[in-house]
Amino acid sequence: MTVTSTSQTRHTTQRLGFSLLTLMTLLTVVPIAVVVIYILFLGAPAISWEFVTGFPREGMRAGGIWPAIVGTLYLTLGTATFAVPLGIGAAIYLSEYAAENRWTRLIRIAIINLAGIPSVVYGLFGLGLFVLFMNFGTSILAGSLTLSIMTLPVIISTTEEALRAVPQAFRTVSISLGATQWQTIRRIVLPQALPGMLTGIILGLERAAGETAPILFTVAAFFLPRLPNSPLDATMALPYHLFVISTQVPGMPIKIQYGTALVLMVFVLSMNFIATTIRSRARARRQW
Amino acid sequence: MTRETLDHKLQELLDDTLALGTIVEHAILHSVEALKARDIEMARKIYQKDKDINHKRFEIENGAIIAIATQQPMAMDLRILASVLDVAGELERIGDYAKGIALITIRMGDEPPIKPLIDIPKMAELTADMLHRALSAFVEYDAQKAVAIPEEDDQVDGLYNQVYRELLTYMISDPSTIDRATYLLWVAHNLERAADRVTNICERTIYIATGKRDEIDSSDDEALT
Amino acid sequence: MNKISIENLTLHYSDDKESLQNISLGIPANAITVIFGPAGGGKSTLLRVLNRLNDLTDVSFMKGRVLIDNEDILDPRLDVITLRRRVGMVFARPVVLPMSIRQNLTYGLEVAGEKDKSKMDAAIERSLIQAALWDEVRDRLNDPAAALSGGQQQRLCLARVLALEPEVILLDEPTSGLDPISTGKVEESLQELKKTYTIVLVPHSVQQAARAADYAAFFLQGELVEFAQGDKLFTNPTDKRTQDYVEGRFG
Repeated sequence: MTVTSTSQTRHTTQRLGFSLLTLMTLLTVVPIAVVVIYILFLGAPAISWEFVTGFPREGMRAGGIWPAIVGTLYLTLGTATFAVPLGIGAAIYLSEYAAENRWTRLIRIAIINLAGIPSVVYGLFGLGLFVLFMNFGTSILAGSLTLSIMTLPVIISTTEEALRAVPQAFRTVSISLGATQWQTIRRIVLPQALPGMLTGIILGLERAAGETAPILFTVAAFFLPRLPNSPLDATMALPYHLFVISTQVPGMPIKIQYGTALVLMVFVLSMNFIATTIRSRARARRQW
Repeated sequence: MTRETLDHKLQELLDDTLALGTIVEHAILHSVEALKARDIEMARKIYQKDKDINHKRFEIENGAIIAIATQQPMAMDLRILASVLDVAGELERIGDYAKGIALITIRMGDEPPIKPLIDIPKMAELTADMLHRALSAFVEYDAQKAVAIPEEDDQVDGLYNQVYRELLTYMISDPSTIDRATYLLWVAHNLERAADRVTNICERTIYIATGKRDEIDSSDDEALT
Repeated sequence: MNKISIENLTLHYSDDKESLQNISLGIPANAITVIFGPAGGGKSTLLRVLNRLNDLTDVSFMKGRVLIDNEDILDPRLDVITLRRRVGMVFARPVVLPMSIRQNLTYGLEVAGEKDKSKMDAAIERSLIQAALWDEVRDRLNDPAAALSGGQQQRLCLARVLALEPEVILLDEPTSGLDPISTGKVEESLQELKKTYTIVLVPHSVQQAARAADYAAFFLQGELVEFAQGDKLFTNPTDKRTQDYVEGRFG
C-alpha cells in the first residue's frame, strides 16, 4: 500500500516538474519568436535593392542604408584585426604557458570582470584614449580599437576554454614523442581547438557588430552619405543608425526603422549561424 | 609472449627430463653390468654419478616451478608442468636404485659369486627398455604408447619371483651363502621397484593427455607372492 | 651491462601524492625490467623521470643522478627533446593523436625535422611490423587512428614510439585497458623487442610482472624494496614485503 502511494506521489511530482519546465522554456522561446516575427513583418516591406545598396536621402527618411552596412562591416573587420590575434595570443599564454598561480588567477578575474563592464563605459574610455589622447579622432580606427577592447574578454575566455577542452593526454603524448611545447600547440592543440575558437571569436565579433554605445563617441557619424575613405575616417554604422532614425529624427517612416533593424538582425544572426555550423561540423568530426 | 615463452620453457624442461632419463637408464644398465663383471671401479663411478642425477632433478624442478610461477600455465600446460615435477622425482628414485646396486657391488668386493647372473641382467634390460619407451611416450604426451608399457612390468615381476625363489633355495641348502644371496635379492628388488616407477611415469603421461588419473594396475602385491 | 643507472634518486611532488626515496637501481640493456608494486608506490614517477616527463609536473624536490649510457639525464643543460626521442613512452590509456594512422607514426619524425618521405615510409613499415600491427593496417594507413580498436590503438602507440628508433622504451601499464588477446600480442611484441631495446615495464598485475620480467623491482611507498632476476623474485623473494605482495596478501 505504502509503496504504491509513494510511487504515485512520485509520478505526480515528476509530471508537475516536467510541465513547469516546459512552461519556462515556452516563456523564453515565445518572446524571442515574437520579436523576430514582429521585426520581419514590419521590416520586410522596406527591403529592396535600393534600400540595401542606396545612400540615405531626405534627411534619412528615404533612400538606403548602404553606408551604415559598409561601416558596420569595416568596424567588424577592424575589430577582428586587433582583437583576434591579441585574444588568441593571450588565451594561448593563459592556457598553455602560464603557471597556475595568484598572478594568473588575478588576470582571469580581471578578464571576467571586463566582460561585465557596461558597453557605454568602453565608449567613454575609447573616447578618452583613442579619440582624444591618441588623437585618432572619431574614426574607424578608434572605433575598432574600442570594440576590440570590449570584445577581448569574450574572445580570450572562449578561446581558452576551447584550448582547455583539448585532452591533456594529447599534449603529454606529443611532448613524450620529442615535440617542443610550441610544436605541440601548433600541430595538435590549435587544430583541435580551432572550431571552438572560431565559434567564440564570431560570437565576440557579433557582439561588436551589434553594439551602439562604444561607437557612439568614437566613430559613428550621425549622417555621412558616403563611404569612408580611410581607417581615420568616421563612418555610419547599423546600430547607431538605427538609434538615430528611431529617436533623433522626427517623422521617420516606421518601415525604414524596422527595415534597418531587420538588416542588422540578419547580419548578426548569419554570423551566429556560421558559428553554430562550424561548431556542429567540428563536433561530428571530432575523434575524442 | 606468454604462449611463446611458455612453449619454449616446456620444451626445455621436456628435453632436460629426457636427458635425465637417459642418464638414469644408463645408470641402471651399467650398475648391473658392473655387478656382473665385479668391476668395483665402475660401480664407484655409478655411485658418484647419482649426485649428478640429483642435481639435474633439482634443476628440472626449479625450472618447472619458475614456469608455474611466472607463466600462469593452465589446463594441459599445467598438467605437463606438474607431471614434469613428478617424473623428475621418479627418475631420481630410479637413479637411487642404480646407486643401491652399485653400492652392493662395492660391498660384495671380491667374494666369489654364488651363481652366474642371468635373470638379473635380463630384469635390468627390461626395466631400462621400459624406461626408455615410457619417457619417449611422456615427452610426446602419447597415452596410447604409455598405457601399453606397464603390462610389461609383469615380466619383470615374474623374473623377480624366479630370482627370489632361486636365491631362497641357495640360502636354505647352504646358509653360508645367505650374505651374498641377500645382496643379490636386494639387487633384484631394486630393479623390480625401478620398473614399478616406470609405471608411475606412464600414469603421468596418461594424465597429461587425458587429464584422467587412473592408476594402472601395477603388480606390487604379486611380486611378493 | 646496465643501460640505465639510477643513483640515490629522491623525489617529492608538491602535492605529496607519490615520492621516490633514495632509489638506486641498475636497469640492464636488452632485457625487460619490470617495476611493480601497489598504487602510489612511485612506479609511474620513476618512469616519468627516465624521459623527463616529470618536467611537466610540479616536482618540489629532486636529488640524485640518473645515468643513461653514463650521461646524467637530470642535468639541466641536457637537451630534453633529444632525450625523449631516445627514451620513448607508452601510456596506460592508448592515446592516439587525432590524425591518420600514418600521421600518428610520422609525428615524432616530423617534429624532429625529418622530411625524407621514403625514410618515413620505411619507419612506418618497420615500426608497425615490430608492434605486430602491419598486417592489420597496411591497407588503411590514411584512416583516422581513432577508428582502430583499443588493442590496435595501443599497438599503434607502441609503433609510434618505435618509429623514432629509441634506445629505451618505457611502458606504463600498457595493457590495463586491453582484452587478453590484445594483451598477449603486446606482451609477445615486447619479448621480441627486448632483443633490440632496453624495456622498462610497469605491469598492470603481478601475473603480468611475472610473465614479462627478466628483472623485477618491487616498489612500495616510494621505496625500492627488492630488485632481482624475475625468476628469483617471483619464486623466492628475499624481503617479506615482496613475498606478501606477490602472494597477494596485500595491495
